[in-house]
Amino acid sequence: MDEPRTDDPASVERASIVPVVRIQAETFDAAAEAAALVRGRTDVGAVVTFTGLCRDEDGRLAALELEHYPGMAQAEIARVAGEAARRFPLQGLVAVHRYGVIRPGEEIVLVVAASPHRRAAFEAADFMMDWLKTRAPFWKREHPLGEPDAGGWVAAKAEDDRAADRWVR
Amino acid sequence: MAVRILYFAWVRERIGKTEEVVEPPAGVTTIADLVDWLKARGEEYAYAFENEIVIRAAMDQIHVQRDAVITGAREIAFFPPMTGG
Repeated sequence: MDEPRTDDPASVERASIVPVVRIQAETFDAAAEAAALVRGRTDVGAVVTFTGLCRDEDGRLAALELEHYPGMAQAEIARVAGEAARRFPLQGLVAVHRYGVIRPGEEIVLVVAASPHRRAAFEAADFMMDWLKTRAPFWKREHPLGEPDAGGWVAAKAEDDRAADRWVR
Repeated sequence: MAVRILYFAWVRERIGKTEEVVEPPAGVTTIADLVDWLKARGEEYAYAFENEIVIRAAMDQIHVQRDAVITGAREIAFFPPMTGG
């Protein structure tokens, strides 16, 4: 055991980082966000960057439109990020979620987790995405190619609930 | 007690409003009571809440369950299960 357990009670004391959470319509630069998190530091051993992109669904989709609950979207992702910081020994955590019309190939969501060791960084990013998907107040509507007003709301998936439940304790 | 109610995604579309201020009568004390009261206000509400078990609620921007007491709430929101990320 050369690495600390990531779920031990002592991690509560490590919750001193202040996660950065942004809700925005604009695109973001994942590499720049990750670089900014470690700039000037020499104590970070692992940075995991997750970017969620808009798929074209085999060419069927013109765009996704993301509706959100202003205020609560920021507050809820901040709560999830705070929980990640309590559970895992993190040195930095960034979450960015876009809203509005997003086209295939564009980014939707970003999570960057920094830690002394890889396991905590991987797990924190995984946890963030699982909880964010089922708790952050965003709703996707599809705009199919050629008939932009015909699309419906994307239904929530049971597998996302099961993924979030993996972290319940 | 006046309270601001917000609707999102297809709940918003079915009701035809993004938000409104309502004044539920005494006796409407929980989220479930509020849903029952709203459903009786018109067919658009009944349609939005027809499968009310799937509808999620937040009180003052925090997720709550159907048995949450709404007394003192400033803002209550109803919406479908989230599909962000």
